[in-house]
Amino acid sequence: MQTYEAETYDVIVVGGGHAGAEAALAAARMGESTLLITINLDKIAFMPCNPSIGGPAKGIVVREIDALGGEMGRNIDKTYIQMRLLNTAKGPAVRALRAQADKHMYSLEMKKTLESTENLDLKQGIVEELVVEDNKIQGVISNTGAIYRAKSVVLTTGTAAKGEIIIGELKYSSGPENTLPSIKLQDNLRDLGFEIDRFKTGTPPRIHKDSIDYSFTEEQPGDAEPNHFSFETPDENYMALEDQYSCWLTYTNLDTHQTILDNIDRAPMFTGIIDGVGARYCPSIEDKVVRFADKNRHQIFLEPESADTDEIYVQGLNTSLPEDVQMQVVRSVKGLENAKMMRTGYAIEYDVIKPHQLRLTLETKKIDGLFTAGQTNGTSGYEEAAGQGLIAGINAALKNQGKEPFIMKRNEAYMGVMVDDLVTKGTAEPYRLLTSRAEYRLLLRHDNADLRLTDYGYDFGLISEERYAQFNEKRDQTERELERLKSVRIKPTQVTEYLEEKGEPQLKDGILAYDFMRRPYVAYDDVAAIYPADEDILKEVKEQVDIHIKYEGYINKAQRQVDKVKRMENKQIPENIDYKQISGLATEAMDRLSVIQPQTIAQASRISGVNPADIAILSVYVEQGSYETVKPS
Amino acid sequence: MAIDFDTIAAISTPPGEGGIGIVRLSGDEALEIAEKVYKQGNKRLSDQPSHTIHYGNLYNPKTDEKIDEVMVTIMKAPKTYTREDIVEINTHGGVLVTNKVLQTILAAGARLAEPGEFTKRAFLNGRIDLSQAEAVMDVIRAKTDSAMHNAISQLDGNLSNLISEIRQEILNTLAQVEVNIDYPEYDDVEEMTSKLMQEKAAEVKAQVEGILETAQQGKILRDGLATAIIGRPNVGKSSLLNAFARQEKAIVTDIAGTTRDVIEEFVNVKGVPLKLIDTAGIRDTEDVVEKIGVTRSKKAIEEAELVLLVFDQSEKLTDEDFEMMRLTEGKERIIILNKMDLEQKLNIDQLLNKVDPKSVIPVSVVESNGIEEVEKAIVNLFFAGKTGEKDATYISNIRHISLLEQAIEALDEVINGIEFGMPVDLVQIDLTRAWDCLGEVTGESVQDELITQLFSQFCLGK
Repeated sequence: MQTYEAETYDVIVVGGGHAGAEAALAAARMGESTLLITINLDKIAFMPCNPSIGGPAKGIVVREIDALGGEMGRNIDKTYIQMRLLNTAKGPAVRALRAQADKHMYSLEMKKTLESTENLDLKQGIVEELVVEDNKIQGVISNTGAIYRAKSVVLTTGTAAKGEIIIGELKYSSGPENTLPSIKLQDNLRDLGFEIDRFKTGTPPRIHKDSIDYSFTEEQPGDAEPNHFSFETPDENYMALEDQYSCWLTYTNLDTHQTILDNIDRAPMFTGIIDGVGARYCPSIEDKVVRFADKNRHQIFLEPESADTDEIYVQGLNTSLPEDVQMQVVRSVKGLENAKMMRTGYAIEYDVIKPHQLRLTLETKKIDGLFTAGQTNGTSGYEEAAGQGLIAGINAALKNQGKEPFIMKRNEAYMGVMVDDLVTKGTAEPYRLLTSRAEYRLLLRHDNADLRLTDYGYDFGLISEERYAQFNEKRDQTERELERLKSVRIKPTQVTEYLEEKGEPQLKDGILAYDFMRRPYVAYDDVAAIYPADEDILKEVKEQVDIHIKYEGYINKAQRQVDKVKRMENKQIPENIDYKQISGLATEAMDRLSVIQPQTIAQASRISGVNPADIAILSVYVEQGSYETVKPS
Repeated sequence: MAIDFDTIAAISTPPGEGGIGIVRLSGDEALEIAEKVYKQGNKRLSDQPSHTIHYGNLYNPKTDEKIDEVMVTIMKAPKTYTREDIVEINTHGGVLVTNKVLQTILAAGARLAEPGEFTKRAFLNGRIDLSQAEAVMDVIRAKTDSAMHNAISQLDGNLSNLISEIRQEILNTLAQVEVNIDYPEYDDVEEMTSKLMQEKAAEVKAQVEGILETAQQGKILRDGLATAIIGRPNVGKSSLLNAFARQEKAIVTDIAGTTRDVIEEFVNVKGVPLKLIDTAGIRDTEDVVEKIGVTRSKKAIEEAELVLLVFDQSEKLTDEDFEMMRLTEGKERIIILNKMDLEQKLNIDQLLNKVDPKSVIPVSVVESNGIEEVEKAIVNLFFAGKTGEKDATYISNIRHISLLEQAIEALDEVINGIEFGMPVDLVQIDLTRAWDCLGEVTGESVQDELITQLFSQFCLGK
């Protein structure tokens, strides 16, 4: 192919999925001239799998993205067709929003936003090669021969990376949803010396909505109570419950399982056609039936894909069984006896860059200025991808501008947990965020994502002045209310009836309103009824005050844990230390440290195979500056 | 995992020796923690000037039980060994008291120092010269490795299994809570209710308390190390006993409820409390030779955690001597060759064939020779955690005891949190802490255990 010199940019983003969209928007909004180049411009921020965003941990990530000025929260708030707050009966740390998305509207809306963003060009094309000089990125070359030059490049190639779709005995080269795969770029990455893994994920069949007998299913409606992901979305925009779309619950049965077992010899995961590593948390139905043989049924959620199509996503029936078997399996399910299958489920295998090759900024250690984000780093999920895209986009811009990198700590954000896990521990399967991955999850709530991260977003220029003022008002009002509640006392006579009603013992003495509110049954409004504030208190402020007071003991406990490791977190390890020159390190530790090149002592301590003695020794060397460095290879 | 700069504590005097024991604390919270346990009128340690000494009493803040009369030295950063705030608590010495002080301090929020950690901090904080780097490194490496090795190898197999079982129980509960959170629509799993969780916590707590009950070191410190002095008549058992008993700290008690002929006597050997079994037998039978029987020795040996087997080296080994060697085989024992002041008739080679040469100590009780060596041997055995294999489950390591206590505290917080109406996913934080503490005892890796459990126990998707 004859190449030619095309445009020069500050940042080039390769790939237009959830990671790519966030990366490009962040970079452009931070003033970098940015190019987003993707294989198919009709698949911007597309959802090739489930039509939903959010849920436990993931929903919190969406709020975090929003607090940093990312787009996912705003975009889903404009395009959802159902909204639900999950875990409402549980504590504040694990509540999470989840939206059913109109996947076509979501994609279109994101495309519009990208198109109307200053400093940002969109192009359809396939990047086949990176231009690298002296281990520094210079640009990319497309399949049409265009050489685009840039200071930084962000790769967000997702499952297109040498993607191969598998349905039963059929296996073919393809990106998600039968789009074109990215092949030469993957060969180029291998040539550049990157270590590559093969992962697998899958998607279930889609069926026509009119071919379902809903009388056998259980309706799962959304919430009437308004909620939204973005700080910017007002409650009055909330979709009335009757306008929302429901999901429907049904189950597999023993017939389903028998059908699968009868055909198991044709299942790719058993015939060995699939060699990629799948995720334990997203098993195919054949996997579930084999591994959990004692279960008589598995849940199936029927989820609408869009207001404008009749396709229904059959959540719970992920499969790569042959098409004829899929049809039988679908039709064995109650309510789906006459289902018309519109799309066949498939498994897809794809290349993953082993994430230990990255820094905590998502820049590769090997090539200066090259970042990677999203599924290509071994994660799974739109939210995980978008979060990484945002981190990579921000850091690419910061690097170009000669500014300090942006790294979120584990106690600051789920995104910080995710990146630290990936880089420090690597992942043997597609990585999904779970609340149990966060040791400080009480601090990482969805209600305080804005409080945790908006200041950063504002500093990067990703949060508007108007929003920042509103945010500060919320923050200040919360402080004022907390102070006020510490300044007023409740007399026993003021709550005699109230306590009687609640069946609780009477007060003997006066008590600070603040302390009264610690009781689990006392709501903010109960106290405000006795001592109203002299200003209008925002709904979000009431929530903050309530959580702050009720769970103060636990929050403080978590905070003390954070404080304890703070010095380790802040103790930086210089780059390219030659660990082999540090005497006293155990061999295994030496190897692991050399590979991962941790950036702080705390990160080093989380590497498996590095024990406390190694950390002690490493600390001493770092403190004394008595180490040697090696040149990056 | 050692957290780098939290507040650490350890006994800084050599085990069991000297008139006083010193417990040293270093770190930002040293004064705060010391204040929690120190009482002397209204005196606040943090208000006192640096490098001063204060008289007072030490209390267990939870039970208000007085532990010891102490002198507390306050040294504020940066002019200290570690360049951090240091508090040194001078106790009355002896393992019993010094350990109790340390345990109280640990319960009040300090972490037991890793070996060499004070020195490491001194180094990290720039207190020690750069040229000492290599030496310090070697010390840290050697000490940490051997300590880790010891800590784990000292764990009895039974105990280790027991703790693993308890952990597995907690893990099942945790996994259930996590599934409820991460997969709220997954209907196959019972919702972990507050009531269920509280029951689980109480159940587990009782089990951990049971383990602590039998915790070897704690038990020895409380009850004394059951020691039998065994030997034929006239080999010098009684004079050996008297040699120990001459120590000023010896306490002789007549325990009510025991049969008259089994009187237990407590002696303090360099801080290790020995409970001498059947001293009456020793005293009675020294005079009345016929009464000695192997039967009686057998019973004493059975009860003993440590056997002091005494031979008269001025006589040849008799059948009875061999029988006693056989009976005490497998027990922790020290072979005392008494009457070194007399001519040797005992065939040493014959003896060394039967016993570990390292366990043999020549003594002359009459001339007071070798008693010191016997005492040292006892102390060494005690601190190597080798004594007391009588219990199926025992813990000889103060670190383990401290971890188990922390686990119980965390479980209490689970129970109290639920009592107060806190949601399950919050008190779960404390349940996880209990699980982590137990994992540190057994040295099990914790990485991703929970997540693995989650996916193997439940069939999850979405």
